[in-house]
Amino acid sequence: MKRSGVDLLVGMFVLLGFGALVFLAMRAGNMSSAVGLGPTYEATARFDNIGGLKPRAAVRSAGVVVGRVAAIRYDDQLYQAVVVLALDEQYKFPKDSSVRILTSGLLGEQYIGLEPGGDTEMLAAGDRITLTQSAVVLESLIGQFLYGRAAEEGSK
Amino acid sequence: MRALLNPLQWLVEFVVSVGRGALFFVHLCWLGVAALRRPRLVIDQIHFIGNYSLSIILVSGLLIGFVLGLQGYYTLRRYGSEEALGLLVTLSLVRELGPVVTALLFAGRAGTSLTAEVGLMKAGEQIDAMEMMAVDPVARVLAPRFAAAVFCVPLLAALFSALGVLGGYLVGVVMIGVDAGAFWSQMQGGVDWLDDVGNGVIKSVVFGFTVAFVALFVGYNAQPTPEGVARATTTTVVAASLAILGLDFILTALMFSAD
Repeated sequence: MKRSGVDLLVGMFVLLGFGALVFLAMRAGNMSSAVGLGPTYEATARFDNIGGLKPRAAVRSAGVVVGRVAAIRYDDQLYQAVVVLALDEQYKFPKDSSVRILTSGLLGEQYIGLEPGGDTEMLAAGDRITLTQSAVVLESLIGQFLYGRAAEEGSK
Repeated sequence: MRALLNPLQWLVEFVVSVGRGALFFVHLCWLGVAALRRPRLVIDQIHFIGNYSLSIILVSGLLIGFVLGLQGYYTLRRYGSEEALGLLVTLSLVRELGPVVTALLFAGRAGTSLTAEVGLMKAGEQIDAMEMMAVDPVARVLAPRFAAAVFCVPLLAALFSALGVLGGYLVGVVMIGVDAGAFWSQMQGGVDWLDDVGNGVIKSVVFGFTVAFVALFVGYNAQPTPEGVARATTTTVVAASLAILGLDFILTALMFSAD
C-alpha cells in the first residue's frame, strides 16, 4: 500500500513536470506554429538588401502566414542575398508574384510580404521569384530625405 | 596561516582536492547510470528529493511571476508597450530565473538534506559498516540520490517557469487588464521553443549535476562529527550557489550571444 502510494506521488510529479515542459514549448513558445506548418515547397528570391531579416521569419500574404524563411545565403557572384522561402503546400501562388521585405510596426520584426501576381502558371518547388523589393534601411531613407531637402533649398 | 607558511604544499593540496573531486564526479555519473538498474532506490529518492521540493518551487514560481508581471508592467508602460509583458515575463523565466532560482532553492531545500543525510551516515559509521560488508557505499547510497537529483531539477525548473508564466498572466491580464490576446501572441512570437525553452532545460540539467555533485561530495567528505556535518551543510549551500551563478554566466554567454 505504502509502496504504491510513493509510486503514485512520483508519477504525478513526473507527469506534472513534463506537462510544464510541454506547456512552455507549445503555449509559451512557438513549437506549435513551427511544427504545425505541414508540408512545404521551397522557392528562392534574390534581394539587394535584406535588412534585419532572419531565418524562420514569417512569409505573409494579405497578412496571413503562408510560410517561413528557411535559409538566407549570400551569392558572391551577384553580390546579392538569396532567401529560401518554405511555403505551405496548401497555398499556390502565380509565377509572377512579388515579394517585399516589410516590418511589422515601427520597430517590430521583419517579415516577407508576398503579393500574388496575375500569371495562370503557378509557382513550383525550386522556382525563383524574380520581382523583389529590398528592405528599407533607415539610414538611406534619412539620407534621401536630406538630399531632397537640400535640392529643394538650392532650387529656390 | 598555513597557506602563507608553505604555499607549495597548499598548492599541491588544492590540486589533489580538484583531482579527487573530478574522479568522484566521473564515478558518480557512471554509477548513477548503473543505479537505474535498481529503479526502486531511485524512485524513493525522487519522492524524497522531488516531491518534497514541489511546494516551495511552485509557490516561489507563482510569486516570482507576480513580481515580474508587476515590475514589467510598470517599466513597459513608460514605453507604451504593455503588450510585450508576456514576452518579458516568459523570456526572463525560461532563460534565467527558472533554471537559476530553482537550482538555488533546490540547493537549499534538497542539497542540504542530502549533505546532512550522507554526513550523518558517515558520522554514525554506517558507511564504514557498508564497506565492511563489501557493499560499495557510493553505488548503494550516493548514486541513486545523484541520479534522482539530476532527474528532478529540470522538471522542477519547468514547473517553476510554467507557474511563473501563470503568475505573470494573473497579474498582467486578470488584475491589471493587459489584453490577453496580445499577451499570448507576443509571447509565442518571441519565445523560441528550441533556443529559449531548450537552452533553459540544458541549463537546469547542468545545474542539477552541479547541486547533486556538490551536496554529495561535501557530505561524503564531511568530518564525521556533529560540527563537521553542520559545517558541511553550510558549505553545500555556499559552494552550490556560487557554482550555479558562475556556471550560469558562462552558459548564458555561450548560448545567447549568437543573436
